[in-house]
Amino acid sequence: MGTFSIGRKVASFGSLILGAVLAIAGLALSITKAGDLILGTMPGSGTPIILGRGVMFVCGILLFILGLYLFPTFKHHRTIINIIFLFPLLFAFAVTVIIPLVLGIGYSFTDWNGITMKGVVGFANYARMFRQPSFLWSILLTFLFVVFNMILVNLVAFLLALLCTSRIKGLGFFRAAYFLPNLIGGIVLGYIWQFIFSNVVTKFTGTYSMLSDTKTAFIAIIIVYIWQYAGYIMLIYITGLNTIPGDVLEASAIDGANKLQTLFNIKLPMIAPTITICTFLTLTSAFKQFDVNLALTNGKGSVQFLGEYIANGTEMLALNIYGTAVVNNDYALGQAKAVLFFIILAIVSIMQVRISNKREVEL
Amino acid sequence: MHTKEKASSVVIRMIIAVIVAAYVLFPFFLLVINSGKETSDITSNPVSFNGMSFGQFKFNVHEVINDPNFLFWRSFGYSALITILSLVLLALFGAMAAWVICRNKTAWSTVIYFTFIASMIIPFQVVMLPLISTFRDVGKFIGFPMLQSVPGIVFAYLGFGGAMTVFILVGFIKGVPFDLEEAASIDGCSPEQTFFQIIFPLLTPVITTVTILNGMWIWNDYLLPSMMLGQNGKVMTIPIAIQKFVGSYVKRWDRILPAALLAIIPMIIIFLIAQKQIMEGMIEGAVKG
Repeated sequence: MGTFSIGRKVASFGSLILGAVLAIAGLALSITKAGDLILGTMPGSGTPIILGRGVMFVCGILLFILGLYLFPTFKHHRTIINIIFLFPLLFAFAVTVIIPLVLGIGYSFTDWNGITMKGVVGFANYARMFRQPSFLWSILLTFLFVVFNMILVNLVAFLLALLCTSRIKGLGFFRAAYFLPNLIGGIVLGYIWQFIFSNVVTKFTGTYSMLSDTKTAFIAIIIVYIWQYAGYIMLIYITGLNTIPGDVLEASAIDGANKLQTLFNIKLPMIAPTITICTFLTLTSAFKQFDVNLALTNGKGSVQFLGEYIANGTEMLALNIYGTAVVNNDYALGQAKAVLFFIILAIVSIMQVRISNKREVEL
Repeated sequence: MHTKEKASSVVIRMIIAVIVAAYVLFPFFLLVINSGKETSDITSNPVSFNGMSFGQFKFNVHEVINDPNFLFWRSFGYSALITILSLVLLALFGAMAAWVICRNKTAWSTVIYFTFIASMIIPFQVVMLPLISTFRDVGKFIGFPMLQSVPGIVFAYLGFGGAMTVFILVGFIKGVPFDLEEAASIDGCSPEQTFFQIIFPLLTPVITTVTILNGMWIWNDYLLPSMMLGQNGKVMTIPIAIQKFVGSYVKRWDRILPAALLAIIPMIIIFLIAQKQIMEGMIEGAVKG
C-alpha cells in the first residue's frame, strides 16, 4: 500500500487523455458537420472503413471513465467511485426526463412544430386550448371518469378483499384469478373488450353496440377499467386487512359487535392508511388512462357540448393530448395541454402527500 | 370467532367468489374459444363452442403469426430483448446509484434523491414530444440512431424507470447494517468491491420487487415505444404490433383474437410460474411508492 505502480499511472493518465481526445474529436466532427472519419478503403472490396463520430464519442467517454477509475489516489477514490456509480442513471434521467421537461415547458409558449420553432407566442397556446370545446369536454370527461373510478374501483376492490380474507376454499386461486387482468396491457385488453361489447353483449341486449353511443361507451370504458384494476387494488386491501391484529377482532366479537359494526368501527378505521394509498393510486392511474381509451373507442362518440357537435365524445385528456400533437400535428398546442395535465397531476400528488402526512401526525 | 360461523354463510360467499371469478375470467374464455373459429361462427355465436375446432385454431394462428403486420416472433423477440436489457441495467445502475445516495450523506446526494422522488409525478405526456425531438437531435449529433433502435429505447427506460427503482432501493439499503461495510473496508475491500461482493447480493429480494414492477410496465407499455419506434420501423414491440395488426384487419375477429391470445400468452406463462412473487412485488411497490 501507499504507492501505485508505474503501469497503473500510465494506464490511468493514458486512458484519461485518449478518452478526452476521442470524445472531443467526435464532438468536433459533429459540430463542424464533417461527418464520419473515413480511415481508408478495404483492400479488394473497396468498401470504406468508417470510424463513426458516435462510436468515437461513446468510446472516448468510456475510456475517460476507466481512466478516472484507475486514477492513482487513495484519498479521493471513494468520491470517484461515487461519481462513476451515479453517472449512468443520472445521465439517462437527465436526458430523458429533465431536459425534455424543461424544453417542453418552454415549447408550450412558442409555435414549435415538433422540429423547429419560429417565435415565442406567450400564452396563446393556453388561450387557444380553452377555446376548444372538445378539449374542455375531455377535461370534464376525465374528471368524471376519475371520480367514478375512484369510488367504484375502491368499493369493488374492498368488497373483494373482504371476500378474499374470509373463510372460503381456494383462496389462492380466487386472488390470482381476480388479479389476472392486471397483467395484460391496456391495448390488448381494449381490443378483447371491443370484441365483447360489439359481438357478445349485443347478443344479450338487442341490436346496437354499447360502444356506438357516447354515454354507454363511457360506461364501457369504466367497466373495462374496473375489470383490469380492481384485482390489483384488492391485493393492497388484503395486505391492509391482514395487518389488523387478530386479538382486536376477537375482543370486538366477545363484546358482541356484529359484522357490520366490526367493519365500520374497527376494520375501516384501522386500514385508513391503506385507503389513502388505494385512493390516490386509482386517482392518478385513472387520470393517466390512455391505452384502454385508445383501443376501445379511440375517443370516438358524438356529443353536443357548448353549442357545438363534438366527434370525440369519449376522448380523455391523455388521448386528447396525443391526438392534438401526433395525429393533428399541432405540437405546440399539444405541449401546452400536456403542461396543464402535469400541473393538475402535481396538485393531486401534493394533496396526497399532505393528507398522508396529516394522517401520520394524527396517529 | 370463526367457529361460530354458519355453514350457510360460507356457502354463500363461495358462490359469490365463483360468480366473480367467472366474470373476471369470461373474457379469457371467449378469447380462447373464438380463436378457434371462422368469422361467421364468431359473429353468429360467440359464446358457444359451435364451429370451434383445433384445426381452425391452428389455421388462424398460422395465418396470424407470420402476417407482415404482426410478425409475432420478431415483435416478441424485440419486446423480450428490450424488456430484459432494461431490467438488467435498471437493477444494476439503480442499485449503484441508490447505494451512493444512501451511504453518502452530502447535500448533493440529498438533492439528487429528492429530484428523483419529485420526478415520479411527471406524466409521460409532458415529456414525450420534446423527448422525441431531443432523441432525434442527439442521434443525429452523435451519428447513432436513438429513435427506432434498441439501445435508444433501453436508454429511455433507464431514464423513466430510474426514479422509482432508486426510491424503492434506497428504502431497502437504509435497513442494511452499515457495520458490514465498515468491516469490509477494514479488511481491505475497496468501495467497489464492498458494493459488488457484499451489498449487491444482499439486495436480491428488493431487486426482485423492482424487476417485477418495471417488467410489468415495460412489457405492456404502448405509448413510449409507439412514439420512439413508430409503426413502420424494423424494431417493434408486441403492443405496437397488435395495434398495427388490428388497424389492418378491421373487424376480422378470426385474425384479431388469435393475435391477442398470442400477445398475452407470454405474460400468463410468467404469471403461472412466479405468481406469488409477482403479486407480492406489486403490493410492495404500491405500498412503498
